[in-house]
Amino acid sequence: MSANEKAVVPPASDTVTIEVDGRKLQAKKGSMVIQATDAAGIYIPRFCYHAKLPIAANCRMCLVEVEKAPKPMPACATPVAEGMKVFTRSEKARESQKAVMEFLLLNHPLDCPICDQGGECPLQDQALGYGKDDSRYDEAKRVVPDKDIGPLIATFMTRCIHCTRCVRFGQELAGVMEFGALGRGEHTEIRTFLDRSVNSEISGNVIDICPVGALTSKPFQYKARPWELDHHASIAPHDCVGSNIDVQTLRGKVMRVLPRVNESINECWLSDRDRFSYEALNSEERLRVPMIRRNGQWEEVDWRTALDFTVQGLRNVVERHGPDALGALASPIATLEEFYLLAKLVRALGSNNVDHRLRQLDFSDDDRAPLYPALGLTIPELETLDAVLLIGANPRKDQPLLGLRLRKAARRGAAVMAINPLDYDFTHRLAAQVIGKPEEMYAAAAEVVKALGQMGHTAVGEASWIDALSPRPEAERIAQALMQANKKAVLLGPFALGHPQAAGLRAAAQRIAARANATLGVLAEGNSAGAWVAGCVPHRGPLGQPADRGRDTVAMLNEPRKAYLLYGVDPELDVLDGALAAKAMEAAEFVVMASSFKPSVYRSGAIGYAHVLLPLAPFAETAGSFVNTEGRVQRFEAAVKLYGEARPGWKILRVLGDLLGAAGFQYGSLDEVRAELGVPSLFKPTALEAGGAAAPLHTPLADGQLYRIAEVPLYAVDPLVRRAPALQDTADNPRPAARMNASDIKRLNLEPGAAVVVRTVMGEARLQVQTDARVPEGCVLIAAGYPETAMLGAHGPASVVRT
Amino acid sequence: MATNPKPKTAERLSAAARGEIDRWTAKFPPERRRAALLAALTIVQRENGGWLTPELMEAVADYLDVPPVAVEEVATFYSLYDLAPVGRHKLYVCNSISCWLCGSERLLRHLEQRLGIKAGETTPDGRFTLKQVECLAACGGAPAMMVGGEYHENLTPEKVDTLLARLK
Ligand code: SF4
Ligand code: FES
Ligand code: FES
Repeated sequence: MSANEKAVVPPASDTVTIEVDGRKLQAKKGSMVIQATDAAGIYIPRFCYHAKLPIAANCRMCLVEVEKAPKPMPACATPVAEGMKVFTRSEKARESQKAVMEFLLLNHPLDCPICDQGGECPLQDQALGYGKDDSRYDEAKRVVPDKDIGPLIATFMTRCIHCTRCVRFGQELAGVMEFGALGRGEHTEIRTFLDRSVNSEISGNVIDICPVGALTSKPFQYKARPWELDHHASIAPHDCVGSNIDVQTLRGKVMRVLPRVNESINECWLSDRDRFSYEALNSEERLRVPMIRRNGQWEEVDWRTALDFTVQGLRNVVERHGPDALGALASPIATLEEFYLLAKLVRALGSNNVDHRLRQLDFSDDDRAPLYPALGLTIPELETLDAVLLIGANPRKDQPLLGLRLRKAARRGAAVMAINPLDYDFTHRLAAQVIGKPEEMYAAAAEVVKALGQMGHTAVGEASWIDALSPRPEAERIAQALMQANKKAVLLGPFALGHPQAAGLRAAAQRIAARANATLGVLAEGNSAGAWVAGCVPHRGPLGQPADRGRDTVAMLNEPRKAYLLYGVDPELDVLDGALAAKAMEAAEFVVMASSFKPSVYRSGAIGYAHVLLPLAPFAETAGSFVNTEGRVQRFEAAVKLYGEARPGWKILRVLGDLLGAAGFQYGSLDEVRAELGVPSLFKPTALEAGGAAAPLHTPLADGQLYRIAEVPLYAVDPLVRRAPALQDTADNPRPAARMNASDIKRLNLEPGAAVVVRTVMGEARLQVQTDARVPEGCVLIAAGYPETAMLGAHGPASVVRT
Repeated sequence: MATNPKPKTAERLSAAARGEIDRWTAKFPPERRRAALLAALTIVQRENGGWLTPELMEAVADYLDVPPVAVEEVATFYSLYDLAPVGRHKLYVCNSISCWLCGSERLLRHLEQRLGIKAGETTPDGRFTLKQVECLAACGGAPAMMVGGEYHENLTPEKVDTLLARLK
C-alpha cells in the first residue's frame, strides 16, 4: 500500500486519534494510553504494567500529563479518547515521574553492586532515566526478611516495590495464586501462604517479570553479571512445544536459559523445565571421554579406539546372528538430524529395528499413523477452541505452555474435558471428566463414540462392542459439549500414547474427532515429531516412506537382541517398562551407549551391561533442528563448546557409518544432511487413518491386588532433567511412593508413611505409602522414570504389602 | 500442586460456622463464594476466641474456593482481624485522621500507661488487647474506640477509665 492510498482509508470506527508529544496516533477504542504509545514506539516508564498481565496501576511510574486533566494520569490505566492530548516528557510529566521514583526508592536498598538484577534492572534503568539524583529521605529504610520459597527462586524482599506482577502472574496466568500482598501500607510484604514454596510448573517466569531484584534465579545466584554473558538463540528440547530460548554463556559454560519472545510459540514465557534443565549440562555426571569395557574392565580410550571397538562389536553380532539381531533405541529429545542418521545407519546394516517411542506399549496401528504426531492446530489456536477433550493428557505439567493456552481458552468459556487416569489438578474448571485406569479410559472414550453416534448420527460400522455400550452420563456430556461447540479438538497426551491399548484409544479418539468434526491432535514427547519425519521408527523411512517393518521398542526388548545401540537413553528410566529394558540389555552381547552422562550405579545397570560409552553432545553443545507439535522445524546452533571429548551426535553417526562401510555417510556439514533428508520449514500434518478399535482387554486382578498406574512425572522425562538438581528438588518431583486414595489405604490396612513392598510380574520395589486423592479406586500410582521403581515394569497388577 | 493434591481442610470449620457462612454465600452467585470472605473470617475469628490461626484461614480458603494466600491478604489487610491470641476484650483505638486531630494519640498513651502494655500487645492476665485500627467510620464522634463490637465515642481519658472498670 502506498502512503497515498493509506491516507484515503478512513480510520476504522473502532479507533480513535490521540496526540502524544505532538504526534498523531491511531489507537484502539478502549485501549490504554500506554498500549498506544508502546505500539508507536514511544516509551513511558512503568513497573506494574505488563502487556500480558491485567492492569493494576499501583506503581504510578507511568504518570503523564493529559491536556485538560487536573492531575497527571497513569498511562497504563487511562483509556484513550478521541482528540486526547498526552505529554509524556513535559515539565509536569517529568516532575511526577521524578516524584514517584523518589517514593519508590525510599525503602529500596542501595545494593545494586551485589544484586543479580543489576545490569538488567528496570528500576536501575528508570531511576537513571527518570529519577532525581538524590533523595530527601534520610530516615531508616525498612527491611523485609527473605523467604525460602523453593529451589528455583531466590528472594530479596527488601528490594520489592510491590508492583504485584508476581501476584498477578500467579492469579491470571499460572492459574494458582501463590504470591500475595500481605499486610498493608508500610507493612505490605509479598509472601506466599505461610511462606510455603512456590510450586507452579512455570514459576520461573516471575524472575523475568519482577522489575527489581526481589525475585531472582536461585541456581544462577551470584554466578555472573548479565553484561558478561554471551547470548545464543536455541530451542528447548523437553516437550513438543519447542520454546525459543536464549542460552546465556560465560567462558564456554551455560550459565542460564531465558525465553526468547515468540508470540506464536512460547510468547514471553518458559516452563521451569526448559529454564532450569541447563544445570544438567554442567553436571558432574557428564561423560568426558569415550570408554570401553574390555575383559570386564572399563578403560578410558581415544575416539578412534572406541569407534573401532564399536564397529568391531556391531559387525561381529551382525555377521554371526544377522542384522535382525541389532536394535537401536533413541531418546525422543535427540535432534532431527541425529534421528535421520541413526535410522540410516541401522538400515545400512540391514536392520529396521530402530525406534524412539520408548514409552509406548502398543504399536498395532503403526501403518495407519500420520506422518508425525501433530497438534493439527497452531499453538495460539488452542486459545480459540470452544471445546477440548483431553485423553490421557495433563498439559499443565507435560507441556506447561500448552496448558497455559488451554487455560486461556477455558477462561474464555471453552469446555475443557478429560478422560484421564488421575484426577489431575487443572488450573481451570473441567466441563466433564472421567477418571479411571487405562481400560476404564478406553471404555469411556468408546462410550463417547457411541454417544456421538446416538446423537442423530447413524452408528455406521462400529465394532459391536462399542454398539453394545450404554454411555455413562459423563460420556454423554462430553459428546454433547463437543457437538455444541464451534471450534474443537481431541488431544491425546503422553499417557494415551503409552496406554496398553494405545491403538484402540487412538482409533476411538479418531472416531470422536471425525463425528464431532473436531481436530485430532497428539502431544508426543520431546522431538518425537522430528523422529517420525526422520524415519526413526521401525516401519517407515524418512518423510514417511514405506520401509520393511522392523521391530518396535517392545518387540526389540521382548525378544532381546544381541546388540543394542542406545542413543541418549537410560534404558531403565527412559523405557516405560524399565525392567524389560534392563533384562534385555543384560542379555545382550554388545551394548553401545552414546550418552552425555556416565552411567551411575544409582540410575542404571549400564556399568555392568554396556560395552562402549561414547560421549554425546547434548542440545546446547550441538547444532540441529527440533520439530515441534505444529510441524514447525526450528534450527539451532551450538551455544557452547563441547564438554571434554564429547562430540555432536551427527558427527559420531557419520564416522560410525563410514567405518562400518555404509554408503552415503560422507557429509561435510549438517546442511548436507538436511538437504539429503529434504527439510521444509514446516511439515504439514497428515491425518491418522481410521481403523478398527480392538475390544478392550480386561486385566484381571487377584485378591488384594491393585492396578499399578505408571506415570512419568515432568521432572523424570529425560536424561537431562533427571540430572538438573534444582528441578529435582521441587515439590513436583517428590520421591516415588505407592500413592493410593485414602479408602484403598484403609482397605489394605495400611497408613500413610507405611513401608511397603510392591510386587509386579516384573519385579519389586520398596516404597512408602502416600495418600493421593487423585488416584482412582483400586489403583496405585507409582511413578516411572525413577531408579527406585524401574524394576516394576509398566502398568499392570501389583500387590502392595507391608514390609 | 499435582503430585500432592491439596488436602480438604474445610472440615476444620465447625458446623455452626459453616451454617452461618452459608447464609452469606447464599446472597451471592455460586461462582462468587469469595464475596463472603470478610464475613466468614469474622465468624470464624469470633468462634475461635477472637483470633485466626493459619489452619482456620486455610479452611476458610478451602470452603470458599479461594487461594489460601488471598485469605491471608484479607486477614492481614484489615485491622479487625487478629492473627495471634488476644485478650478477653479487644480495645480498638482509631488512629485515623479525625480521631488523631481530636486527641487519639493522648488516648492511646493513656491506655498504654494504664494497662502497662504497648499497642498491639495483650495484658499478662489475658484481660485486654490494645490495638490501633484504621478509621472506624465514627469520625463524627472522634476520638473513637471499638470494644467488642461496640462503639465508644467522644472519648476522654476519664471516660476510658470508667469503661475499663466495667470490663472484667
Ligand atoms: S516481588 Fe517483584 S514482581 Fe513481585 S511485587 Fe515485588 S517487585 Fe513486583
Ligand atoms: S505502570 Fe502505570 S501505574 Fe504502574
Ligand atoms: S478517623 Fe477515627 S473514626 Fe474515622
